[in-house]
Amino acid sequence: MSGTTAAAVTAGVTARPDPPAARAARWRIGEAVVPIIATLAFAYLLVPIVYTVAFSFNDSVRTNLVWRGFTLEAWRNPCGAPQVCRALVNSLQVGLIATAVATVLGTLIAIALVRYRFRGRALANLLVFLPMSTPEVVLGAALLAQFLSLRVNPGFGTVVLAHVMFCISFVVVTVKARVATLDPRLEEAAADLYASPVQAFWRVTFPLLLPGIAAAALLAFSLSFDDFIITNFNSGSFTTFPKFVYVSATRGIPPQANVIGSAMFVLALLLVVAVQLVTVSRRRRR
Amino acid sequence: MSIVTAIGHGPGNARAATSPARAARGPAYLLLAPGIAYLGVFFVIPVVALLVTSLYVPVPGGDVGQFQPAFEWQNYVTVLSTYWPHLVRSFGYALVATLAALLIGYPVAYAIAVRARGRPFVQAMLLVLVIAPFFTSFILRTIAWKQILADESFVVAALRAVQLLPPDGRLTATAFAVVAGLTYNFLPFMTLPIYASLERLDPRLVEAGGDLYASGPTTFWRVTLPLSMPGVVSGTLLTFIPASGDFVNSVLLGNNGTTMIGQVIDSRFFKVSDYPGAAALSVVLMVAILLLVTSYIRRAGTEDLL
Repeated sequence: MSGTTAAAVTAGVTARPDPPAARAARWRIGEAVVPIIATLAFAYLLVPIVYTVAFSFNDSVRTNLVWRGFTLEAWRNPCGAPQVCRALVNSLQVGLIATAVATVLGTLIAIALVRYRFRGRALANLLVFLPMSTPEVVLGAALLAQFLSLRVNPGFGTVVLAHVMFCISFVVVTVKARVATLDPRLEEAAADLYASPVQAFWRVTFPLLLPGIAAAALLAFSLSFDDFIITNFNSGSFTTFPKFVYVSATRGIPPQANVIGSAMFVLALLLVVAVQLVTVSRRRRR
Repeated sequence: MSIVTAIGHGPGNARAATSPARAARGPAYLLLAPGIAYLGVFFVIPVVALLVTSLYVPVPGGDVGQFQPAFEWQNYVTVLSTYWPHLVRSFGYALVATLAALLIGYPVAYAIAVRARGRPFVQAMLLVLVIAPFFTSFILRTIAWKQILADESFVVAALRAVQLLPPDGRLTATAFAVVAGLTYNFLPFMTLPIYASLERLDPRLVEAGGDLYASGPTTFWRVTLPLSMPGVVSGTLLTFIPASGDFVNSVLLGNNGTTMIGQVIDSRFFKVSDYPGAAALSVVLMVAILLLVTSYIRRAGTEDLL
């Protein structure tokens, strides 16, 4: 491939004059394209969020579709709409349980897949990735078909079971990336220093994997918290926050739903920014 | 197997990280057992249950929603002859949305990974902006689009004023709105994998392109783009697959003429209790996607390995 030759050439020639100025100028027009598209794309990504936040302050009557004036009413009384806080608590419970289970199961699979060569490894890989390449509506319908044939009533339990299932694969992918960057010699060094395999795992491997596991857990939680299609199939009369919003869309979404959406947004944003600041400053210190 | 490597390309799915000393298999099976068992019970068996259900027939003289085991392959013929337009439409919308997301997502990923290289704080903040939509409920955001594209909104008024839209033209309840919604909802899934592969790209390779008198665009087409193909492949898959099964966008932003296959499956299940029909459509959707994805990866794979 051309990359290898190119790398070999750079190694030999380090300092040489810039390419001709005319060519550089032509490229500069091209250069402007990237920031322009990127700026428009960020606007595209953020405009609906601005709308959601803005309409949490809307003085709405019945429906919250037209701007009628500024009020803090919904923020003062976020549980004011019937069922909205129940749905939020349900979503948080499902999300926390599903995240915990999926993170443990997924992390174990990831370690096994990266660290060991064994018969059936290809099959295990395939099994992990098939749920990711199956549309949610198929996953939802399949689980519901099974629950119906087993005469299991859909509700909280079936929603948790379903969420764990689709979160596992995403945890595996995220943690695998982290396991792959670990140097196995670190564990071997621990063994050389008379650490038992269990000690080596908890004192060496686990701390090194922790950022990957944390990222996977956050991803799992956000997937679970925001899931609608699979939940809709397997929830019966049990309501999660996305389901609440979807169901109330026909008769008008209360501004309290926007308050909760905005609050979650701000909390998550603060969390991510804090984590990023810590990592960046740590990297700088090094 | 190729599907696996395509979606799951992590930072160097490093084979190198496996130590030759780790020949023992026992621990691997112990680590795998709980998770794989879980996927067996809650993914494999349900998919089999779906296949079985798709062949059921109604109980003779029974109530609506009562079925008995059978091998009624005719179910597939029935649903396909009725709903093939929905299937084609779903793949069409998903394809356009995926291409649009690629055209938008690639420059964004490039801006963050390449242009902001060496400024970790800027990179981190831009990444936060890309994943920011994840933090607000996607249904709330889709409803926000409904408001933005509504007939009385400023967007429609502006487009009408500059004659891009006829005076009676509208954006809401159109195929355009559905595709725009799909593009919007899955844009982060496109951007992040491309970012990951561009971020890992050795800048010296790009410099080498310049050193060899390649123009900027040439270097991009010959060096940067081919090396970022793994990200493009997983980004397009992570966009196309969920987009083709989605029905939230077509329900909230579309009309009766934009009904997608996911919506049909949902209503077969819940509105008319036609479980075999819904199951047959789900199987068709799953198989169609697996076929499309496999052939896509095969094609992308050969170009990738130039």
